[in-house]
Amino acid sequence: MLADKDRIFTNLYGREDWRLPAAKKRGCWNGTGDLMALGSEWIIDQIKASGLRGRGGAGFPTGLKWSFMPKEVGKRPHYLVVNADESEPGTCKDRDMMRHDPHLLIEGCLIASFAMKAHTAYIYLRGEYVFERERLQAAIDEAYEAGLIGKNACGSGWDFDLFVHHGAGAYICGEETALLESLEGKKGQPRLKPPFPANAGLYGCPTTVNNVESIAVTPTILRRGADWFSSFGRPGNAGTKVYCISGHVNKPCNVEEAMSIPLKELIETHAGGVRGGWENLKAVIPGGSSVPCLPRDICDTVLMDFDALSEHKSGLGTAGVIVMDQSTDMVQAITRLAYFYKHESCGQCTPCREGTGWMWRVLTRMCEGKAEMSEIDMLLNVSQQIEGHTICALGDAAAWPVQGLIRHFRHEIEDKINRYRMNKNVHAVAAE
Amino acid sequence: MASRHLAKEQPKTFAFSAEGEKQVKYWLKKYPKGKQRSAVIPMLWIAQKDHGGWVPEAAMRVIGDRLDMAYIRVLEVATFYTMFNLKPVGKHLIQVCGTTPCMLRGSGDLIKVCQSRIGSAGSISADGNFSWAEVECLGACVNAPMVQVSNSDGDLYYEDLDEASMNALLDELASGKAPIPGPRVDRVTSAPTGESITLTDASLFDGSRAKKLKKIPNAPAKTKKAAAPKKAAPKAKSATGKGGK
Repeated sequence: MLADKDRIFTNLYGREDWRLPAAKKRGCWNGTGDLMALGSEWIIDQIKASGLRGRGGAGFPTGLKWSFMPKEVGKRPHYLVVNADESEPGTCKDRDMMRHDPHLLIEGCLIASFAMKAHTAYIYLRGEYVFERERLQAAIDEAYEAGLIGKNACGSGWDFDLFVHHGAGAYICGEETALLESLEGKKGQPRLKPPFPANAGLYGCPTTVNNVESIAVTPTILRRGADWFSSFGRPGNAGTKVYCISGHVNKPCNVEEAMSIPLKELIETHAGGVRGGWENLKAVIPGGSSVPCLPRDICDTVLMDFDALSEHKSGLGTAGVIVMDQSTDMVQAITRLAYFYKHESCGQCTPCREGTGWMWRVLTRMCEGKAEMSEIDMLLNVSQQIEGHTICALGDAAAWPVQGLIRHFRHEIEDKINRYRMNKNVHAVAAE
Repeated sequence: MASRHLAKEQPKTFAFSAEGEKQVKYWLKKYPKGKQRSAVIPMLWIAQKDHGGWVPEAAMRVIGDRLDMAYIRVLEVATFYTMFNLKPVGKHLIQVCGTTPCMLRGSGDLIKVCQSRIGSAGSISADGNFSWAEVECLGACVNAPMVQVSNSDGDLYYEDLDEASMNALLDELASGKAPIPGPRVDRVTSAPTGESITLTDASLFDGSRAKKLKKIPNAPAKTKKAAAPKKAAPKAKSATGKGGK
């Protein structure tokens, strides 16, 4: 188990006070000005050396992303935008960071903005997080009051403004260019890339969009050293990570652990084990709803990191671990996700707009067994035609859970179809 | 995509309340000059709060005029984002999260409670107190199943519910109480139930972490001079040069 002394989010559960004096006592805002005095290049080099990969799902190296910003500020100002539109089913880590450890995020915003030569940052929260938004704003007000941000932030000579913005219930705004559209006051429909945000992002200016967790861990990485951070996890999968363990476990919870921890150890140590024991496990979705599920035999040994999970055609995603025991109707569980993606498709690209609805309707029939056997392959085929054929990754995210279902639980769909036929005494069902 | 339409019956006019107006001004200050339309979502949200939980078309026109946006652009935003209610709702709007993590832990039971006590989704109860909707993931998955209750007190999360505690929650709301948000089982926020096994080391909280850093790890050898802050020069390009060497 990760030692308490190596935890970054020391107030993850809000047992302690979130306010500035208590946050400082926990080590937040310690020497921020001194860190900044070492220069933006030093900061970016340290983040690169730490091996930190983006915590929002895609796992892109954070330091490298920061280095894509123009080296000097031209006519257009630079922006940092923090993606706090946490809406991936199974994921609720950023919420805890914002309501219980907001100063880690605020300090991270200052350091990251300084490193990328941005004087302004926006934090885009999902609209439903009203309490978290008010809490975060109160913490920002404290930081302004104390001179930690604002003019000459932390005595560094750097002027920095931090604003909170919010959405209004659209999963798609977690996609970075949809988020920027939304922040500009438009529908959240993703932009074609290129140009990438580092070139033309918010208001057409150079912008970097980072997840809350990626930003909130940076001050601690600098204070404790890139080598400290990279000492956790396997090479290429460095650091600690906040996991969200939900579903059929005895004690669902959020917890910070080392990367590359075995999935079984994670669930048994922190979440009280699978309901009814490990033998009662049916499947796990290891990284938020968008990644394919894994059956128990893979869960027995798989490690929780980017590389190990992608070897099994799944992914670490946001590390939202959704556990399903033997009582779960897998077809129904994935059908509910298919409904989610149908509901959240922005409607811009035809394969996604039409395909997500089509998949949901077919799966709904399959839940009852009212389908042809050949439709299973047709469903797989359609999912592959959505995947990779859309502007953003929502199409992929809608396709992968369905593909995971067919890959590992095809027999459950077949059983349903067979059972329906036996009960109805029919030999063939016409597709509706 | 969610298909959403405006209510047939609409009030003729809309005006922000004094408090709403104050908030509008606060939000408008956040964006650069000429980029005020960024405030359209916050303003629609303020309008919804001002108008008993839903956004009338008249409010969209007022906001369009204030932000110098075509009305159709405001309408586009209001219909795209599902938190904007386009028709009247009950005094308490119960939003039941129905996505898979909540479904696995019994959101279906909460939906049944809503159906039997309030009626079909979207309808308002006879006393005007309640309406409900099944919504997509609200981001509290380790506290599933859960609901968000929107009313004049705010938009609060009630977590770790079951049929009994859901009924109790509706009873409290019906009797005019302000129920305490958070988990309805014995646990602290998103921590596991039972005895803590993490974050128990007292040295995390006793101030020892706030001591001045003796040495910044991996700092270049000669940093003494660079540590002096550079002169603040807001807006000037020179301020964007290297923060130190």
